[in-house]
Amino acid sequence: MSTASVQLPRWINYGAIPLINLVLAFVCSGLVVWAIGESPWEALQLLVAGALGRGEGIGFTLFYTTSFIFTGLSVAVAIHAGLFNIGSEGQAYLGGLGAALVALSLDRYVPWYVTMPFAIIGAALFGAACAAVPAWLQAKRGSHIVITTIMFNFITSSLMNYVLVHLLIVPGKMAPETRTFLPGGQLPKLDWLIAMFGGKLGAAPLNVSFLIALVMCFLVWVLIWRTKLGYEMRTLGISPSAAAYAGIPYAKIVMITMLISGGLAGMMALNPVMGASGRLQIEFVGGAGFVGIAVSLMGRNHPAGIVLSALLFGILYQGGAELSFDMPSITRDMIVVIQGLVILFAGALEYMLRPAIVRLYQQVAGGR
Amino acid sequence: MRPFFRNKGRKGEALGLGSASEPAIELVGIDKKFGAVHANKNINLTVAKGTIHGIIGENGAGKSTLMSILYGFYQADQGEIRISGRPVAIRDSQAAIAAGIGMVHQHFMLVEDFTVLENVMLGAEGGQLLAKGTSHARKELKRLESDYGMEVDPDAVVEELPVGTQQRVEILKALYRGAEILILDEPTGVLTPPEADHLFKVLRVLRDQGKTIILITHKLREIMAITDTVSVMRRGEMVATRTTSETTVEELAELMVGRRVLLRVEKGDAAPGNVLLSVRNLTVKDSRGVVMVDNVSFDVRAGEIVGIAGVAGNGQSELLEAIAGIRKPTSGEIWIDGKPAAGIDPRGLRELGLAHIPEDRHHMGLVLKFEEYENAILGYHRDPRYGRGYLLDLDAIREEAEEKIAKYDIRPPNPRLRTANFSGGNQQKIVVAREIERDPKLLLVGQPTRGVDIGAIEFIHKRIIDMRDAGKAVLLVSVELDEVRSLSDRILVMFAGKIVGEKSGDASEQMLGLMMAGIAA
Repeated sequence: MSTASVQLPRWINYGAIPLINLVLAFVCSGLVVWAIGESPWEALQLLVAGALGRGEGIGFTLFYTTSFIFTGLSVAVAIHAGLFNIGSEGQAYLGGLGAALVALSLDRYVPWYVTMPFAIIGAALFGAACAAVPAWLQAKRGSHIVITTIMFNFITSSLMNYVLVHLLIVPGKMAPETRTFLPGGQLPKLDWLIAMFGGKLGAAPLNVSFLIALVMCFLVWVLIWRTKLGYEMRTLGISPSAAAYAGIPYAKIVMITMLISGGLAGMMALNPVMGASGRLQIEFVGGAGFVGIAVSLMGRNHPAGIVLSALLFGILYQGGAELSFDMPSITRDMIVVIQGLVILFAGALEYMLRPAIVRLYQQVAGGR
Repeated sequence: MRPFFRNKGRKGEALGLGSASEPAIELVGIDKKFGAVHANKNINLTVAKGTIHGIIGENGAGKSTLMSILYGFYQADQGEIRISGRPVAIRDSQAAIAAGIGMVHQHFMLVEDFTVLENVMLGAEGGQLLAKGTSHARKELKRLESDYGMEVDPDAVVEELPVGTQQRVEILKALYRGAEILILDEPTGVLTPPEADHLFKVLRVLRDQGKTIILITHKLREIMAITDTVSVMRRGEMVATRTTSETTVEELAELMVGRRVLLRVEKGDAAPGNVLLSVRNLTVKDSRGVVMVDNVSFDVRAGEIVGIAGVAGNGQSELLEAIAGIRKPTSGEIWIDGKPAAGIDPRGLRELGLAHIPEDRHHMGLVLKFEEYENAILGYHRDPRYGRGYLLDLDAIREEAEEKIAKYDIRPPNPRLRTANFSGGNQQKIVVAREIERDPKLLLVGQPTRGVDIGAIEFIHKRIIDMRDAGKAVLLVSVELDEVRSLSDRILVMFAGKIVGEKSGDASEQMLGLMMAGIAA
C-alpha cells in the first residue's frame, strides 16, 4: 500500500527488477531440472548453446523472436489505450490468409520485393478486420474487449479450418494447406546477416520479416510517444475521464487502436507463412499470439523492451527444443514448464518483489 | 474474523492502565522519511484526554503522514507513541483499533450497497455465523445512538443516505470498535453548513463524554469554532501549539504559511459587458435517467464572475460538465458568445473560446502519470503550435511548459517530473496555467482551491479576478461558500438541480446557507 506510489529510477524499474525476476525463474526451473535427476547447470549450458551457439541456432532463435515482436507490439499498442487484446492469436491467423492471398495471386508475375509491400498490407488488413468487430462492440456497445477477442480466436480458428479444408486446399492432397508459393511469393532468408557475424544460417528460417519487425518497433515507438494520436491513446488508457474532459473521442480512439493492434498481429503471419514454410498451413500461429501477452508485459509495453523480451522467449523456444533433444529426460512438456515459470515470474509476478526493492532503495537513497 | 468481545477487552485493558491525568496521546520524537522526502521531522505532540485537538497545515506539511503513523498505515523511522501514558507499537490498523484509536477518513470507507448495520459490523462480525453478531451490533448501535445523540436507521442502505449521515455511520463504526480517540480527516469537506454544524454538535457531545478527538483540517474557521487546542505543522515540522481561545485566525495562517497572508480577496467593482454565456432551459439527466439539472436558465457577461453556490450533489457538477461539453444535455440551449454550443464536444468548445478548470483535477484536469509538460497541453494537443500534422513537437511543448512554470511559480520547476509528484497546489497551478494562458472568452471554474494550500489559494484567486478584469466571463462552482462569496459578483444558488435564487456577491452566509438547504428562496 505504501510502496506502490513510490517512483523508482528507470534503471531499477526497467533493468534490475526484470533481471531479478528472470534469475528467480531460472532458479526455480533449475530446481525442477534437478528434481528429475539432471544437472541444472548442464541443462542451462545446453539451452544457451542450442539457442545462441551456432549460426543455425541463432537463426531459429531470431525467427521465433520475429513472431513474438509482432504479437508483443500488437498487445502493447492496445494496452497503451487501456485495451487488453487477447485476440492477437486469431488476428495473426487471419493475417496469414491476407498474406497468402496476396502471395498466391502475385507470385507468378512479380519478384518478392514487389509482393512484399502488398503482403504486409494484406496481412495487416486481415488482422485488423479480425480486431474490428470486437473493437466496434467495445466502442459502441460496451461489450468487454477481453471476452470478445478471446471468442474471436475460436471463430477465426473455425473459419480458417473451413477456408483451408474446403477452399484453398490443393486438389488431391491430404494436407489442409495452400500450394507452395513461388519465389515471388516468398520472403528471402537473411543468410547475409548471420554471415556478417561469421556464422551459417543453414536450415534456419530467419527471413526479411525480422527487419520488418524492427521497423515496426520504431514506428510503434513514434506512434505512442511522438504523435498526437499516441498522446490521445495514452490519455485514454490512463484516465478515460481526463480523455473525456480533453475532448478525445472514445469510440474513435478505441477503433483506431484496435485496428492498429490487429494489423500488427496480422503482420506476424508474414514470418511463418511467407518467410518459413512458403505456404499457408493450419494452426501456423502456434501460440505466438498468447506469448505476445507475456512479451509485452515483460517488455513494459515499450518497443525496446519488447525486442529484448521477444529475444528471451525466442531463446527459450529454440534452446528448449535443443535441450529436449539432447537431454531426453527433459521432455517438450518440461520446456513448457520452464517457459511457464518465466512468464509467471516476469509477467504475472512482476510486482511481487517490488515492495522489498522499494524499501531497499529507500534505505540506500535515504541514507545518502 | 476477530470476535468483537476480544476487541472490546483489549481496549479496556489499554485504558485501564493509564490514569485519568495522563494525556490520551503522546507522540515523542516521531521521524519519518520517504526516500529523500523528510515528511515528519522530530514531531512531539501531546493531546489531553477529553479535548478536541486541531491539527492544521498546508498540503504536504505532513499532517496525513503523522496521522497515518498513528493509525498504523506507516511505521515511524524513529520515535515513540504513547497511549494513555503507555508506549504502544502500532504496526497496522488492527493494532490501532485495539489501542482505542478510530479514524474517519475524508473519503468514506463504507460499502455503499450494505445497510448501516452491516457496515458497522464489517470486520467485527463476531464469528462465522452472522446472527449473533447482528443482534449484538443492533443493541450496541441503539446504545451509542442514545448516548451520543446520533440517530441513524440501522437498516437503511448507506448509498441512499445523505453524505452527513454517511459520515455519522463512519463515526459509529469507530465507536462500535471501542474507539476512545477519534481522528477525523477533513470531515467537513463534503458537508453543507447545517450538516457541519450538526457534526460539531456531535463532536462536542463526544468530547463531553470523555472521548478525545483529533481534527485535521485546512479550514481555519473550523479550528476556531470547535477545537480546544490547535497544533500547526509546516514542512514536516510541528511549528506551534496554541490554546484556541488565545490565538487568532491571522496568527494561525501566518504560522502555517510562514509569512503574512491576505485572507480577504481584494477586488474592484465589476464592469459587466456583453453576454458571453447564455444558458436556457437546460436539463441534464445522469446515466440512470435521474434529473440532475432541472430547467436552468442564466447568463454570464463579460467582465463578471458568477458563482454557483450549493451543497455538493445538487447538480452544479453536472451543469458545469454540460456547459463544458463533457455531458450531453437532455434538453435546452447553451450559447457561447452568440454561437450555439449545446452538444458540441469539448474540443469544438475550446475553439469557441471556452476554457475549463474542472472540479476534479485528479481524474479530469490532469493525467497524474504523465510528465508535467504532457499535461500542459491536455485538450489543446491538436493545436498546430504543438506540432504540425500528426507529430508532436516536444521541444516547443517543453519550452512553453517551462514558461508557464516560471510565470505561475510551479514547484519544483521541472517539466519532466511526473505530475503525481507535485503537491496539490502546484498540480492545480498546472491546470490553471494551461486554461488561463489560452486567453479564453469564457472560463469555467470548478472547485478551484480544493485541496490547495493557502499560498496557492491566494494566487489562484488573484488569477481568476485578473481574468474578470480583462473582460472575460467567469462561471465559478465551489462548495466552499467563503470562496463563492469572496470571488463572485453575482451568486446563483442551486438546490436539487434548480436555481432557487440569485443574490449579489455580498449576500450573507446565513441567507445563502438557508437557500442551499432548500429552505429559503
